[in-house]
Amino acid sequence: MKRSFPALVLAALVAFAAPAHAKPLSGTVSTDGSTSMEKVIGSLGEAFENEHRKVKFTYNPTGSGAGIAAVKEGRCDIGLASRALKEKEKSSGLKATVLAYDGIALIVNPKNPVKDLSLADIAKIYTGEVANWKEVGGQDSAIVLIGREAGSGTRDGFESVTKTKDACKYRQELTSTGDVITTVSQNPAAIGYASLASVKKSVRALTVDGVAPSEESVKDGSYKVQRPFVLVTVEGKELAPAAKGFFDYITSPAASRIISAAGAVAAH
Amino acid sequence: MNTQRTLEHLIYGLFLLLGLVAVGCVLLITAYLVFSGLPAIREIGLVDFLFGDTWASTASEPRFGILPFILTSIWGTAGAIALGVPVGFFTAVWLAKMASPRVRSIMESAVSLLAGIPSVVYGLVGMLVLVPGIRTFFDVPDGASLLAAILVLAVMILPSIIKVSMTALQAVPQEYEDASLALGATPIETYFRVSVPAAKSGIAASVVLGVGRAIGEAMAVMMVSGNVANMPSLFESVRFLTSAVVSEMSYSSGLQREALFSIALVLFFFILLITASLNFFLKRGKEA
Repeated sequence: MKRSFPALVLAALVAFAAPAHAKPLSGTVSTDGSTSMEKVIGSLGEAFENEHRKVKFTYNPTGSGAGIAAVKEGRCDIGLASRALKEKEKSSGLKATVLAYDGIALIVNPKNPVKDLSLADIAKIYTGEVANWKEVGGQDSAIVLIGREAGSGTRDGFESVTKTKDACKYRQELTSTGDVITTVSQNPAAIGYASLASVKKSVRALTVDGVAPSEESVKDGSYKVQRPFVLVTVEGKELAPAAKGFFDYITSPAASRIISAAGAVAAH
Repeated sequence: MNTQRTLEHLIYGLFLLLGLVAVGCVLLITAYLVFSGLPAIREIGLVDFLFGDTWASTASEPRFGILPFILTSIWGTAGAIALGVPVGFFTAVWLAKMASPRVRSIMESAVSLLAGIPSVVYGLVGMLVLVPGIRTFFDVPDGASLLAAILVLAVMILPSIIKVSMTALQAVPQEYEDASLALGATPIETYFRVSVPAAKSGIAASVVLGVGRAIGEAMAVMMVSGNVANMPSLFESVRFLTSAVVSEMSYSSGLQREALFSIALVLFFFILLITASLNFFLKRGKEA
């Protein structure tokens, strides 16, 4: 399992700072699902394990659909989905609790006069239908599309929100958020996407449909390029004590710092 | 006497063991690459894998064709050799035969320093200077391209070409050159008609070494080439065999991950070929 080092350190610090519970929990907490949630759930699991030494935390990165199926069939305690549950899934007796929101900022060079794009424009730009900035109110120059590598959670999130899966005509596929930001900051014609938490001053985040990306606008849903990280449980079925403890822990305000360190906006 | 012999044996065993560690590592890596690289090739099919022109590893219908990577690696290396070899070769001739000792020692340490610069630094300078430079100079929308990678690689292979060629040129017996000069040839004629032919296997080895360095480089090219699995084209974003492995490894799973190992296996074969030809040139040099 891969986790970023700073997030780990922070997670460990938070865990040690929190007061230990009176009654020690034991057993296993198994989670299964979205690969995009790996960093968030990994940091939370680590912190929880540090706090409750006898609890074993497992995470199976299979994908949102597989995670939902697993919790439904009782193969794991908590399913992880990086999308809202469909009506059909809800009516089949599953309960969704939003853990966090993953906000993705659209970034351009500060020299670019374009300030706002609609979600539809973004999709058209990334599929190559709109190839010049002047078509969306900018200067007459080709749009340079910067994206992430296949398998990246941010790419997966961006492409699913804009419905451009497998259709993006990238000019560059970079392997880290930092590279995307550096590249966009150097090319006045570039547009890229990056996790909201890591956007720096060297680039400008666009407003989408008139809404600026921020922790608030992501949380209240007015900023569109985002998706929820959902904990899926079975309606009316009591969680095992360890899993219950984990569930309560990660949905408590105390966990929000770990969640933001892992790059998402905590919902609680 | 007896204790000394035991000591000898012990030391012999220890050195043998240390030597075997290196050999063991090579064998282990080879075996690991073959075992983890073959399943994906078997599943995708060798022809589809090597000659497929589309790489879409996470699409709903994944495609694993690495022809763009192979061609990019070949073109990128060829370009770097085309630019780097003339520069390196003439620098080596000048340093070995013409430069004054003072200039030579300064230049030699500069070349050694060039060899010691980590590839990520080359990549960073390329990303921050070369890529924007190409964009404004050629007036293209984006500078991250095959050309940028070729330029970076050309600089990166310079030290190995210069140093190995220089050593070969310096090893040419003085008598050859003296004879040529005595027969009335000018110094330049002597260097290019006598010294260079006499050192040709060493110079060829330096080129092969440069090829090896260029084809195996991952970090620097990944930072300047844009990383999209396009067919190679000078001003287009491209992905090399090496960067194909590195860029997707961190989040890959299942067949995608296995296919990355298969790419590494293909790269390994390329390197084997290069090493074999290097040995060939060096052996020929010794016999000549």
